Amino acid sequence: MKHIQTLNGATLKQSAAKGGCGECQTSCQSACKTSCTVANQKCENQ
Amino acid sequence: MMVHTFTALGQYLAADVNSGAVHVLDKLSYDLLSLVEGPMGEEMPRELADRLPQYDRSELEECWGELLELQKAGLLFTDDEYLDPEAAMALPKAAVVKALCLHVSHDCNLRCRYCFASTGDFGTGCRMTMDPETAKRAIDWVIQKSGRRRNIEVDFFGGEPLMAMDTVKETVAYARSLEKEHDKVFRFTITTNGVLLNDENIDYINREMSNVVLSLDGRPAVNDHMRPTVNGKGSYQLIVPKFQKLVSGRGTKDYYVRGTFTRENLDFSEDVMHLASLGFRHVSVEPASGPLDDPFAIKEEDLPQVKEEYEKLARELMDRKDVNFFHFNVDLKQGPCVIKRLRGCGAGCEYVAITPDGDIYPCHQFVGKEEYRMGNVYDGSFDMDISRTFANQNIYTRPACRECWARFYCSGGCSASNLLVNGDITKSNEVACEMERKRLECAIALNAIAAGMGEKGNTESNNTDCNLCEDCVSL
Repeated sequence: MKHIQTLNGATLKQSAAKGGCGECQTSCQSACKTSCTVANQKCENQ
Repeated sequence: MMVHTFTALGQYLAADVNSGAVHVLDKLSYDLLSLVEGPMGEEMPRELADRLPQYDRSELEECWGELLELQKAGLLFTDDEYLDPEAAMALPKAAVVKALCLHVSHDCNLRCRYCFASTGDFGTGCRMTMDPETAKRAIDWVIQKSGRRRNIEVDFFGGEPLMAMDTVKETVAYARSLEKEHDKVFRFTITTNGVLLNDENIDYINREMSNVVLSLDGRPAVNDHMRPTVNGKGSYQLIVPKFQKLVSGRGTKDYYVRGTFTRENLDFSEDVMHLASLGFRHVSVEPASGPLDDPFAIKEEDLPQVKEEYEKLARELMDRKDVNFFHFNVDLKQGPCVIKRLRGCGAGCEYVAITPDGDIYPCHQFVGKEEYRMGNVYDGSFDMDISRTFANQNIYTRPACRECWARFYCSGGCSASNLLVNGDITKSNEVACEMERKRLECAIALNAIAAGMGEKGNTESNNTDCNLCEDCVSL
């Protein structure tokens, strides 16, 4: 494309199919203890 | 159906909220997409060209074609098909608790001015540590409550947990002894101010703790003003060499040096860079949060400066592969699944705090608020009404989240912060939300730059949403 570059595809849609195991880290336990950012957590199944 | 167009670090970007797709735009496609409300039709509406007279119509139509192609590929103006609002209300049923914030000490050897725990005793007036028996009860309780979940997290917290190191060690040994029998894997973390670190407990922590959070605010003057010892002296000189020693023996295990910034150091990027200069690779510096009368909490009027500071920090970190700032660390491709992103931190359902008395609270920030006491590990009580209230907190049930482009990145914010500021766990703390959105914009822009995308040379300019570009200036 001339005007647009896609940095990331539809990864959220793809994750819906196999997600939800609940084994990943609780976000508040990571580094912050006050403010949530879930998108920087890791998936346990990858 | 929502697309968020924004500029950060001189890049023009678009995030398709529901699919997770992110696009790097040129100025023309940014200006065009910013005016489009999806879904797009085959033909570009005539009035769009009229509103963008600075561009050639054929170029606009060419760009429209590209945007339409993305829409057809499910990468733009996608629907949210994850959950209907009714299902969202009914999302959680059983209370599966799999993470503990274990308050092994309600005492502290620092007297931090902004401490949400009232310098350790959580406002109780009673300084105490948790005895090993209570900690073991907590381990038994979480094994029972975690059902079929295998990974269990326990964060040793306080107050200052190193003041109860015997309890920490007994807890770890006890939990490890039960792992095989119950098919569980315990991951321990500890959050410490470092005062009591010595060679022995540094070795212990580096051996047993999968993550360690080391509290330090940044520059010596900033840290010592906010984090004095009981005697009113600065803590920086006492702590920094110990943290450096711990980190040097940490190997590949996780750690974060974690600071707080307040209204008194809105130039906090200097603190992040100072922590980096001390050799700390993994750094998190968080805004102080609190009610309107809190002298340290970031206020609405501080936001322009805070946002500028995040942008400044992102520019400084752009070429620094040796520094990992927690909030700019967003993995667009392999982050958590969307199901995780609906629910956020899990406080009060998946995650609870346990006090030295064995009392259970939704998280560490609720400790001491009697109306939120959920039960006790000694009698096995656990208030399912409170648990359900918290379990019902998700990005569909929180009104502000439903309208927010960042909902799948932040996952709904902090219930405790909402309560503190708005008196209601469901009512979002907008100041915190604004900061979160800015951090995420910077994080996405950093991803684009790292991928070599975007308009070259733009990173030096200071683009903002006002679009005060050459087109306006020439008018």
